[in-house]
Amino acid sequence: MDLKTLTEINAPSGHEQPIRRALLAELKEKGFNPTIDRMGNVIVVKEGTGDAPRKRVLVSAHMDEVGLIVTGHTDGGFLKVTQAGGIDPRVLISKRVLVGDDGIPGVIGAVAIHLQSAADRQRVMGYRDICVDIGATDKKEAERKAPKGTYISFDTPYVEYGEGYACGKAFDDRVGCWTILRLLQEELPVDLVAAFVSEEEVGCRGAKGAAFAQEPDIGIVLEGTTCNDLGDIPQTAQVCQTGKGVAVSFMDNASIANRSLFRKALEIGEKEGIACQVKSSVSGGNDGGVIQRAREGIPTLVLSVPCRYIHSPSTVIKLSDAESQFELTKALLKAL
Amino acid sequence: MFELLKKVLAPIGPSGLEAPVAAVIREEIEKYVDTVEVDALGNLIATKLGKAENPRKVMLSAHMDHIGYIVIGAEKEGFLRVTNVGGIGMNASLTRHVVFPNGVHGVVVAEPVSGQPQLKNLFIDIGAKDKEEALKMVSLGDVAVYANDCFRLGEHRVAAPAMDDRCACALLVKLLQTVGETQDTIIAVFSVQEEVGCRGAKVASFAKEPDVGIALDVTGWGDTPGVHYPEIKLGEGIAVKVMDRGSISNPELREALMAAGEKAGVKTQREVLPYGGTDASAMQTSRGGIPVCTVSIPCRYVHSACEVIDMRDMDAGLKLLQTYFN
Repeated sequence: MDLKTLTEINAPSGHEQPIRRALLAELKEKGFNPTIDRMGNVIVVKEGTGDAPRKRVLVSAHMDEVGLIVTGHTDGGFLKVTQAGGIDPRVLISKRVLVGDDGIPGVIGAVAIHLQSAADRQRVMGYRDICVDIGATDKKEAERKAPKGTYISFDTPYVEYGEGYACGKAFDDRVGCWTILRLLQEELPVDLVAAFVSEEEVGCRGAKGAAFAQEPDIGIVLEGTTCNDLGDIPQTAQVCQTGKGVAVSFMDNASIANRSLFRKALEIGEKEGIACQVKSSVSGGNDGGVIQRAREGIPTLVLSVPCRYIHSPSTVIKLSDAESQFELTKALLKAL
Repeated sequence: MFELLKKVLAPIGPSGLEAPVAAVIREEIEKYVDTVEVDALGNLIATKLGKAENPRKVMLSAHMDHIGYIVIGAEKEGFLRVTNVGGIGMNASLTRHVVFPNGVHGVVVAEPVSGQPQLKNLFIDIGAKDKEEALKMVSLGDVAVYANDCFRLGEHRVAAPAMDDRCACALLVKLLQTVGETQDTIIAVFSVQEEVGCRGAKVASFAKEPDVGIALDVTGWGDTPGVHYPEIKLGEGIAVKVMDRGSISNPELREALMAAGEKAGVKTQREVLPYGGTDASAMQTSRGGIPVCTVSIPCRYVHSACEVIDMRDMDAGLKLLQTYFN
């Protein structure tokens, strides 16, 4: 399965079924025996080729993406919505969306600029102010087509442009899912517990169950992370840069990297000529936090692909960084 | 006790990098306990087996980690940009002498801004001439802490950075050295990453399945100009926690600890802390739930480069705990 297919599947947090189905089909076709746990995580355990006792390494990426969820309907037939996962409401207005499993086309509407007062224009419009227009003529029709709890995804096709860049949605974290699918094709000395986990964007809920149940010796989280490498931003505020390789985290708001894993990843990157960079910001959090604190504690490392405009309808990555994520993770798994 | 305290205060050990502290403590306790181990997150766990037939397992937790400044980048003129590891306050930061684990010294400075400077306005001057030299001296992700400067303040008091929570580490070391035979099994956890959310104590209490958990930590003060709460005074005894933002102490355990203090003939204070939390919060919600309490050493100017305690409170704490276990 390629990255285009993976990112164009719509599966906001809590509604991972479409991506789960696609992954199950892909994994079965490749001869694996995937299982689904009670949190809806997809797990594949692949025995290593090394001598026993082998290290048991959990490599996880989350299946879910940020999206919207229907909370109500107006008399005029518009959908009231809120976020599933963190989305800045400023990026939403006038974007095209797909509503529910049938993919009903919709657009996120708000008051036109002509009709805004001077005070309105000074204010950020939030979820209270916006609605999703699916062309319904009244409340009844809207309720029938998109009942409360219906999930909504960005309608963004995947495109490649420039010199090796790709624009799409859900790179966070389908790029990690893609890397795991590729890692499963490799001969590795360690026992690989490949976990495609649920509900990361609403609080790392899937990974918590997976790490507890799978009892790994080491956890490696493959992510898409924030990147702010726009021209005028001071370098110290850029977090990481597209095209400079996979970002290795020393600390974020959820976990502090195990120091020896952190150093080892950077050493391997240098030795093997795999592009990597240190993520130079302490921000955000991801499945590393819950994996680290599962059971008796698990040494954990996070390896991320830099994503410009993350958590928006249009995210940009450089494909070579996804390649580096794959190469560095593979090399690290061979060196543990 | 003062000599031991100085020894435990000395190593540099910000959250996530506590191994140098563990090494010092390990040497001090090894011959007094039955087993010593280091777990996956770096917790140093010492077990002293109880003499009872089915001994109760009591976990005591004191955290080794210390707040600090983590390097996120360098300006082209050689100044480091940083962010916080744990609760770093702005007033406590300005023009402070800090030191990195590799021995590089620095001064924390804020660039001029209108209004109150924030973390993003801070930089560390390490004497580098440019970015290249700066990033040769330290790397992204390295952490600086307040440089150790331990001194006596008056007859009974001691000031130092990292008093939170090394004074409790010293107290726990001293307890292991002096308590002798006990009915209970004591699981002494010198924990990691408390300052970023009690992460070490969480996994240690899962692994060790204690019957009772007691955190040893510092608490706030209410005895300096303009500060009235918590109603805690330095030198007025060891504090036994009723509640903070992280945990509510088990009433029976709390009263048993207060009674032990009375029996030992030491002064105790009841502590209700309107902020903060300790490893007790992580132990309390481990597995099926564990009765917890925190025994606190009153400490002025917590999370600054000069955290002040009173050695009489340390002695009271030691006697209280010795009595509780005997």
